[in-house]
Amino acid sequence: MTAQAKVSYRLESTLESVNKAEEMAGKLALQAGFDEDVRDGIAMAVREAMINAVLHGNAYDPGKRVNLSLEQNGRELIITVGDEGKGLEPEEVPDPLAPENLMKQSGRGIFLIRAFMDEVRFRKLEPGTEITLIKRIPGPELDRQEAST
Amino acid sequence: MSMKASTRQVDGVTIVDLSGRITLGEGSVVLRDTIKDLLGKGAKHILLNLGDVSYIDSSGIGELVSAFTSVQRQGGELKLLHLTKKVHDLLQITKLYTVFDVQEEEASAIQAFKK
Repeated sequence: MTAQAKVSYRLESTLESVNKAEEMAGKLALQAGFDEDVRDGIAMAVREAMINAVLHGNAYDPGKRVNLSLEQNGRELIITVGDEGKGLEPEEVPDPLAPENLMKQSGRGIFLIRAFMDEVRFRKLEPGTEITLIKRIPGPELDRQEAST
Repeated sequence: MSMKASTRQVDGVTIVDLSGRITLGEGSVVLRDTIKDLLGKGAKHILLNLGDVSYIDSSGIGELVSAFTSVQRQGGELKLLHLTKKVHDLLQITKLYTVFDVQEEEASAIQAFKK
């Protein structure tokens, strides 16, 4: 992928798609110059977003697809994952760090996504949910912009 | 890379050497089946060696939690051994690091079951 580019995929609701998206996100993060820890975090965030889409959204339905896009605009990585499921209310997802939820088997995906990304947005689709993950790329250009604001 | 689990007995402790990725799908299933099998055989002291586990996702974290509570429910004890930095950091941010009994050395981990 060149310095500024966007690629989009329409993927089957399978574990293979989850693994493929995770791998592509890791490569994109490498090309953007992130160090290993940050790259791993980005790849994990994308994996968790894909798991939500494939497992909870589309419920492995072979008739439903996951739309994945990966974009690098020189200032940030923008990754979107859209499913065709019944929809998600992010504010209704219980806090996995609350004492009563700490030992639950599931419910940590969105928490991990937020932990590793700079910005996370949700958008309702008809049908489904789209999640946008943003990670800002540190660099001279961004530093100058931040200094002037 | 898929996950592998092999078990060995040392001084009454069942050590499960795990390697690979504990993730949604095969990795989580391998761990779940291993724990179920050990509990079925009456194992009470289980030490999960995560030294060669390169990666865990939210499903894998859930499987570790499930293993911990399943062993406790059977009156047993489960401890973790040799966490990699990645797994250590993940357990820290999910506040599970202090829930699990995390051990750094195999010999002292085995002794810790006898306390």
